Amino acid sequence: MMHREVIPRVVAKLLIPFLLLYALYVQFHGELGPGGGFQAGVIVAAAVILYALIFGLADVKRIVPLRLVEILVPLGVVLYAGVGFAGLAAGGNFLDYFVLDPDPVHGQERGIFWVEVGVLVTVSSTMTAIYYAFAGRGR
Amino acid sequence: MIADHLPALQVAIPLLAAGICAMLRRSVPAWALATATSLVAAAISAWLLARAASGGPISYRLGSWEPPWGIEYRVDEANALLLLLVAGIGAVVMPYARRSVAREIAEESHPWFYASYLLCLTGLLGMSITADAFNVFVFMEVASLSSYVLIALGRDRKALFAAYQYLILGTVGATFFIIGVGFLYVVTGTLNMVDLAARLATVEDVRPVVVGIAFLSVGLGLKLALFPLHYWLPNAYAYAPTVGTAFLAATATKVAIYLLLRFFFTVLGPSFPFAASPIPAIWIALSVAAIILASIAAIHQAGIKRMLAYSSVAQIGYITLGIGIGSEAGLTGAIVHLFNHAVMKGALFLLVGGAILRGGDMNIDALGGLARRMPATFAGIVIAGLSLIGVPGTVGFVGKWLLASAAIEQGQLWLAFAIVGASALAVVYVWRIVEAACFRPPSTEEFAEMPISMLMPAWILTALCIYFGLDTSLTVEVAGRAAALLIGGAAT
Amino acid sequence: MIDLTGTIEPVRAIHGGVVVLMVVGLYVLVARGNLIKKLIGLGVFQTSVYLLYIAPGKIAGGSPPIIADGIVTYSNPLPHVLILTAIVVGVATLALGLALVVRIHEEYGTIEEDEILDRDDPA
Repeated sequence: MMHREVIPRVVAKLLIPFLLLYALYVQFHGELGPGGGFQAGVIVAAAVILYALIFGLADVKRIVPLRLVEILVPLGVVLYAGVGFAGLAAGGNFLDYFVLDPDPVHGQERGIFWVEVGVLVTVSSTMTAIYYAFAGRGR
Repeated sequence: MIADHLPALQVAIPLLAAGICAMLRRSVPAWALATATSLVAAAISAWLLARAASGGPISYRLGSWEPPWGIEYRVDEANALLLLLVAGIGAVVMPYARRSVAREIAEESHPWFYASYLLCLTGLLGMSITADAFNVFVFMEVASLSSYVLIALGRDRKALFAAYQYLILGTVGATFFIIGVGFLYVVTGTLNMVDLAARLATVEDVRPVVVGIAFLSVGLGLKLALFPLHYWLPNAYAYAPTVGTAFLAATATKVAIYLLLRFFFTVLGPSFPFAASPIPAIWIALSVAAIILASIAAIHQAGIKRMLAYSSVAQIGYITLGIGIGSEAGLTGAIVHLFNHAVMKGALFLLVGGAILRGGDMNIDALGGLARRMPATFAGIVIAGLSLIGVPGTVGFVGKWLLASAAIEQGQLWLAFAIVGASALAVVYVWRIVEAACFRPPSTEEFAEMPISMLMPAWILTALCIYFGLDTSLTVEVAGRAAALLIGGAAT
Repeated sequence: MIDLTGTIEPVRAIHGGVVVLMVVGLYVLVARGNLIKKLIGLGVFQTSVYLLYIAPGKIAGGSPPIIADGIVTYSNPLPHVLILTAIVVGVATLALGLALVVRIHEEYGTIEEDEILDRDDPA
């Protein structure tokens, strides 16, 4: 890829940590303002894809191996469903967040937090997996 | 305590299993998980049907949010029967899958195949159980996207193009459906089906509702492969792996038909004068066209799976005919035939899939010698084929009999003649298989009977073809009560 | 629909947009033989639904649906949530569709519908 282009390489290295930090901000600010797992997941995937564009697919696959991505895609779904089962275990209905904490409002917050983590995991890894699948073709 | 949560578990367990299945790297554990999940889902659905039959509709609030704001799962006899059908077919097909999938799909794709199957099961069960119109769309897309994957994993490269065509038309269908729901939502402000039915009765300006019905009908018509919207079906069924074909043919279109029944009769029925509208006439015309033209098309197919796929389009015509007749007897016939067709088509695709696996060819001409070399398979094909024709003593007869008597009851004698006449066409295409299997010279290749793990599931369905043909208490009585429930509206 | 001399009827303009997007999308879907162009048409078609749902969610004079003092009218947030789901479904469909097109291209060497049909059954 762009092995001899100094400026994109340096800019990317500077940018990627902030992209990831911004993704975390969007993720954890989701209950209070615009944001959440979908948006944050796409930003995380954008950071990974930016790295791949600048440093090449082989390098990015050393950091984020395909095997890991393929585990993370279903892991988010399992996490989401797990929150549903946690509601059952705590004595409520499926996906009941009220019972996750003695204080129902706090319980809602806790439920949303973990569901959004599940969404983040699945969305970011799915986007990365789609990129890998298309970028790895025809070589 | 756990019993109260079974409506949620019916959907949640396959979903969780799909996620775990995708993380497994090996074929056998993935298959074992998918099989165990299907059996559990079938047990849950049987329990739900028993509960709904004895204690009336069950309502479950997801996340403890009150309907109509929260999503409600609602199980009554109509959709409990469908849940049992979907999960039951899954539970029968999965034991068959191990050998069949091992032959047809590359080893490294097996966990993905089973994960897609489980997602498809989740989607179909979710579509059946939910009482929220938008939630139906979400589950519809879960089921559709995973079924495109199931089809695309077929051996032939034509499977890819078939999956692509189904993707395009299936998405258009689902989008039309959601546009229709959007119109209903705009005039009522609610998405809960019971609430929709109540509020639609008070709507004064019916024009958006009529537009909504039009979009809903076309969208679901595409999904259930109503003639002339069936273009995607023959190729999708012909080139999908056998397990995928058998599962989808027996369940996917049936769930779309159920949704149509639910929307037409429960949601719109109380407020919209169907009998006075041109809708029944259109449905009857299209259904009769489907029955006759698709049967003729089936006769002219060279590939055996394509032939059965066209036969499916014809059989779907019988079911929609019952919807077009619209009386309680017509609906009972439609529901019974829906159930029965799933059983016999599931059996046929499993048996024929086994024959193709041994013979290695999809053409009917290549079935030569089947009767001598695979007698058990051949016997099953004959029984399921007779059922497809509608010979008394088989399930096919029960459904057609109910439909024909419903038509006569409405004074539409010609429909009864169409039903009987099209059965004669079914004789022709079933005979083609029998003729090839008995009288064509066998191919030089040596092949023997299917392994027992594949033969057993196929024969269970074949046996059900006869059982439900003789003992109609489960199907006809439950379907009768379900039809009364659908027509009676959601006022419970 | 849009009166350029000053008054615009927003509801009509939006519904006009819905109809235009829907018809354009469906036309591309049916009329083009290129598999990727068909997917683009599908995307445009689905976008019309997003607009159809979101538009009635806005209530004249309503504020964003976050509880605050002194506000009595809120816009309806439900359509936005529904359409967020629909957008995700649309992305998934598009990704799967493109993946199928890539595989079709690998097998057939073309993404034109008529050429694919020709290659399977050479007449």
